[in-house]
Amino acid sequence: MKMTGAEILIECLKREKVEVLFGYPGGQVLPIFDKLYDAPIKFILVRHEQAAAHAADGYARATGKTGVCLATSGPGATNLVTGIATAYMDSIPMVAITGQVKSFLIGNDAFQEADITGITRPITKHNYLVEDIKDLARIMKEAFHIASTGRPGPVLVDIPSDIQMQQCEFEYPDKVSIRGYNPTYIGHVGQIKRAAKAISEAKKPILYVGGGAIISNASEEVTELAINNEIPVTMTLLGLGAFPSTHELSLGMLGMHGTAYANHSIMDSDLIISVGARFDDRVTGKVDAFAPHAKVIHIDIDPASVSKNVEVDIPIVGDAKLVLKELNKFVKKPDTKDWIKTVAEWKNKYSLKYKDDNTLRPQYILEQIYEATKGDAIICTEVGQNQMWAAQFFKFTKPRTMLSSGGLGTMGYGFPAAIGAQLGKPDAHVFDIAGDGSIQMNIQELATSVANKLPIKIVILNNCYLGMVRQWQELFYNHRYSYTCLNGTEPDFVKLADAYGAVGMLITKKEDVRSAIDKALAINNTVIMDFRIEREENVYPMVPAGEAINKMIGGGLA
Amino acid sequence: MKHTISVLVENKFGVLARISGLFSARGFNISSLAVGETEDPTVSRMTIVVEGDDKTLEQIKKQSNKLIDVIKVIDYREGEFIDRELILIKISFTSKNKKDLLAAVDAAGGKVESSGDRSICVEASGDRAKIKTILELLKPFGILEVVRTGRIAIDTTDKGLKADGKPEVNE
Repeated sequence: MKMTGAEILIECLKREKVEVLFGYPGGQVLPIFDKLYDAPIKFILVRHEQAAAHAADGYARATGKTGVCLATSGPGATNLVTGIATAYMDSIPMVAITGQVKSFLIGNDAFQEADITGITRPITKHNYLVEDIKDLARIMKEAFHIASTGRPGPVLVDIPSDIQMQQCEFEYPDKVSIRGYNPTYIGHVGQIKRAAKAISEAKKPILYVGGGAIISNASEEVTELAINNEIPVTMTLLGLGAFPSTHELSLGMLGMHGTAYANHSIMDSDLIISVGARFDDRVTGKVDAFAPHAKVIHIDIDPASVSKNVEVDIPIVGDAKLVLKELNKFVKKPDTKDWIKTVAEWKNKYSLKYKDDNTLRPQYILEQIYEATKGDAIICTEVGQNQMWAAQFFKFTKPRTMLSSGGLGTMGYGFPAAIGAQLGKPDAHVFDIAGDGSIQMNIQELATSVANKLPIKIVILNNCYLGMVRQWQELFYNHRYSYTCLNGTEPDFVKLADAYGAVGMLITKKEDVRSAIDKALAINNTVIMDFRIEREENVYPMVPAGEAINKMIGGGLA
Repeated sequence: MKHTISVLVENKFGVLARISGLFSARGFNISSLAVGETEDPTVSRMTIVVEGDDKTLEQIKKQSNKLIDVIKVIDYREGEFIDRELILIKISFTSKNKKDLLAAVDAAGGKVESSGDRSICVEASGDRAKIKTILELLKPFGILEVVRTGRIAIDTTDKGLKADGKPEVNE
């Protein structure tokens, strides 16, 4: 049967079992939108294309499925760019579909023309410009395959509007065959055995777990390796949830704002077992000084991540879950009794603390959200202090519950990501932990959230500052708060919530925190909770840029 | 240190941009790059001469390999390959030195491809050392233009380089 390009696209989305599509209409996607009008796919109309990409990303992180977003040519497509780059840095499976000007106009500087495949080349895993309608079905099949396999990532498909209207026979390929794409899933047995031996012989091993463990659903295997062999576990920002933070072997997050005990432990370890992490600069600090006594086992599906930043002794390229399954068969329990004791002492001595007085402090709010939800919530964050406090003070116990822009550090990510997460997990308590700065970067999505009756709780840790930058200015730029103070220029968030049909709450006192959270949880609508926190509260511990990660400011802060 | 690598890629538009974009985004230095179709018209072959230490070379190979349109990446080891470059040189002459120039071209192993009133165009090819010698020999006559293709390379084993896809990673 002959179908139009737009019909073929919709049919491909159906075949890929796409349930939700995030997007925004425009001139060069009119044929697609006409077919969407009665398609059995839930379409979420965002209020800015950037939010469509972040929402697709949040949906993907929360569910493990591929997120899909759709925008028109030119500005529609360029508005997706930040969201695509965010997904690329954090290896999130996403397919972004853009309309393009008619084939014969490409290169003519036509109205709303942008070379989006050129623009997104360095921030996509792969991208396509559809030149012939006969290629469309195959390209869509390949796009979903590439996005979701190997090290996942965003794939963009640019479809000129004339191709959306042309007709051809529809045939969806069963299989994908790309000679240049062959990810390695099964780890090399010899390497796995070497790793097992190294673990068995280690005195001070530590598991260093990143987002790759979440992506490959390896939590169970990580937990087994850690608990059966009594190996402490530290996680990156994106790895939080891979191992329960409540377990005594958990050291929480490491790195620039990691716990002092995680940083001391990894620096003192004799064996690092890295699972789906990439030794990024926020984790290692000064690379030359990083974990000087440690051998490194690096399990990663991307060979290019191995030995990129840190020399690796035992590389294992493969899927984290499959590799750990094998590894767990071979590891003989090392003697870590003394090590565990030392680590426990550090954990006790350097525990995360904040001043416990009558002041409304952000750490307390995060703790209370944890208490109120019993940890059963999806926490999305914006970027900055809010993000770090969430990582430090909410105890993540399950994978796919911490949604944060780790690699790119995108302010404005959290709220649209929460929209995606809530649509993917309708029964979950979904929070966006925000700052007063970052929430304003995609505040327009209140309309989307309310229109779809999403009970997202937006927690604004409001200090009337761009807090993280202010903290750096305080510590390293002589208190010169250059353009980081928002005091007196901020909207009334309660009224703003009201204007959009959401519920606004203002909380200024510590004693009102818990009751406010409980009240918000009972409201079946989007809620903005404007918490007026101590204005100059800092995130501690903190490793200054370029320092070794055991050189922390406020490591043992009481 | 300079390395010569061969990259088999899909013969599609945009692939060169993917490779050059990757190199510039990651700060890899390209000394020369030559592209052309292979015995299989769906496959192009790039010969890239890159500068960097072993660690950089490793990253260049791995990052290039990540591109979907890249089918295979190999780097050549000293002594196991031959490389050549083609060069076109336009040189001016006067009635006084024309004879000397033609003798020099001949001695350098170049070929005069066209001859004008006041200049000649010379074609030469060879490995890096030979090209260097030619340029040095002809420089005193006054070179007007130099055009170089960039190096191409082939290994000298009995096996052909096949575009059969990426191998599994063995580590």
